[in-house]
Amino acid sequence: MSTVAPQLVTSEFTPPEASHVEDYSIRTNDLSLWYGDFQALMDVSVNIKKGIITGLIGPSGCGKTTLLRCFNRINERYGNVTTTGDIEILDKNIYDEDVSVRQLRRSVGMVFQRPNPLPISIYDNVLFGMGIHDAFKSLPKSERNDIVENALREVDLWNTVKDRLKSRATTLTLEQQQKLCIARLLPLKPDIILMDEPCSALDAEGIEKVENLIESLRDEYTVVIVTHNMAQARRATDECIFMLLGEIIEHTKTSEMFLNPQHEKTEMYIQGRYG
Amino acid sequence: MSESSPTTGQGFSLRRGIEKVIDFTEPAVVGLIHLCGWSAIIFVMAIFFFVFKESLPAITGLEEGAVHGEVEQLDLVEFTTSPKWIPESAKKPTFGILALMVGTLSVTILSMVIAVPLGLGAAVYVSEFAKGKPREILKVLIELLAAIPSVVWGFIGLVVLNPMLVDMTGEPVGLNILNAGIVLALMSVPIIVSVSEDALRAVPDSFREAGIALGANRWEMVYKVLFPAAKNGLLAAVLLGIGRGIGETMAVLMCTGHSVMMPTSIFDPVRTLTATIAAELGEAVRGDMHYHTLFLIGVVLFVFAFIINLTADLIVKGIKVQGNE
Ligand SMILES: Nc1ncnc2c1ncn2[C@@H]1O[C@H](COP(=O)(O)OP(=O)(O)OP(=O)(O)O)[C@@H](O)[C@H]1O
Ligand SMILES: [Mg+2]
Repeated sequence: MSTVAPQLVTSEFTPPEASHVEDYSIRTNDLSLWYGDFQALMDVSVNIKKGIITGLIGPSGCGKTTLLRCFNRINERYGNVTTTGDIEILDKNIYDEDVSVRQLRRSVGMVFQRPNPLPISIYDNVLFGMGIHDAFKSLPKSERNDIVENALREVDLWNTVKDRLKSRATTLTLEQQQKLCIARLLPLKPDIILMDEPCSALDAEGIEKVENLIESLRDEYTVVIVTHNMAQARRATDECIFMLLGEIIEHTKTSEMFLNPQHEKTEMYIQGRYG
Repeated sequence: MSESSPTTGQGFSLRRGIEKVIDFTEPAVVGLIHLCGWSAIIFVMAIFFFVFKESLPAITGLEEGAVHGEVEQLDLVEFTTSPKWIPESAKKPTFGILALMVGTLSVTILSMVIAVPLGLGAAVYVSEFAKGKPREILKVLIELLAAIPSVVWGFIGLVVLNPMLVDMTGEPVGLNILNAGIVLALMSVPIIVSVSEDALRAVPDSFREAGIALGANRWEMVYKVLFPAAKNGLLAAVLLGIGRGIGETMAVLMCTGHSVMMPTSIFDPVRTLTATIAAELGEAVRGDMHYHTLFLIGVVLFVFAFIINLTADLIVKGIKVQGNE
């Protein structure tokens, strides 16, 4: 079993062949979500383009996190969640019977608001995902080391931590921890990376560095990023989605949204006149 | 206004009065709290001192109880290496606690083999899988389990488990290591469950989300995320369970069969250190060799407890040091 090449294991969740030309990584159709009786998302239909950075903005409590957490079905952790409508990721409905949640989460990585590296070594953190997906059992140690090195290089952390790969990840600074949280997604070769206010726990310097890192992920990955920081949305995103009370109000190119918002509410929000 | 000002003045002076009383009593209260803290330490020291003092004559020798007028002294080599415990022999009493130590260890180890998986499993279930009503009921039941007096556990071992083991194993008597191990396991499960459940619930939810978002299912989340994250607490739980096992007296007195022998299987009866003290201290002649030797066994138990706590401390500290490097 362990001789199966890592790539083959993904076969449970691969888009149909024709999809190589698709433009959209994520498509939702009339997606509604309730926490118990409370409706947090209302008929959300949105198409998120492949290979760009899409920002999700809106006042507190408008459902940004909720929407983001639908895309890897991690919302299902809470027992009281009901969803209707469709979500297609890489042209595959993620609520289909034959979809394995495990493979879905392999293709759709997530970075959280507070850096949450696991309380194990830096090295083990990077390989954690591969361990879950049985992807490194057959790999010799040198190749594992390469995987760790490549992932850490990609997030610009290698030079800082290469001498202490075996120390606990929780001893890193918050900025380094957040980079590590991004790095641990990379060995799984995800298509989409979801980020929920990835910079909000960092100081100004950390924000800049992590932002640069996020921008370097463009092209190779589809990034969806929730942010409260208008300047960041402006700087780092290609397209922006403005949400209000569980609904999508506007979804355009970032430059257009900030220069020429179509909706009054969008304008009010980006000018800081909303929560 | 003229009416209200005296009342406020009075209220003010009343408060001042209270403040004064507080100012006055505070040092006393602080002193009392200090006393409580120190008294715990003093009691432990006093107990240790007393047990040690009572055991000392066995080692240094005692004259009064000597059979032929010469100084009677405990042979420490015999004490630690002989499996023969014949304290009341008229001809030649023998004080070897090897069999008793083996008895204590075998019962404790067996009970841990049963209780650790059971306790950890229950803790994981209660903290991660059970929800709502069942969870609350389960917690109450486990706490109830902890409240059962040990003599009742001994009774269960004697009356319920004993015939069951006879039926199942075909041994003539069901009072043996297995019986005591099971009873002791059931007794230590509640403490293991409650301490390790606390440890698991103290793991921040963000760790769980990290694991799940990387594709872990709930079991992988438990053993790849929660166990490493909570390992200090879990270790503490296991060590507390072991401590419970080594210190338990009444239940093992009733369930082990209480016969001094070196066991060769878990179906053999044994006798433990604690049960020996409990059973014999009352009838030992105060001041003779038997009496002092029983206190020496108490010291041995102290040493066991000390070693367990020390290893626990070292392991926990070791983990911390590693983490800070
Ligand atoms: N687990 C939950 N159970 C019940 N209600 C929830 C839950 N999570 C979120 N909500 C509610 O759903 C609504 C949307 O929450 P969500 O966290 O998605 O907002 P958000 O846009 O991410 O806000 P913020 O900017 O503060 O992070 C809020 O009103 C919130 O109270
Ligand atoms: Mg949020």
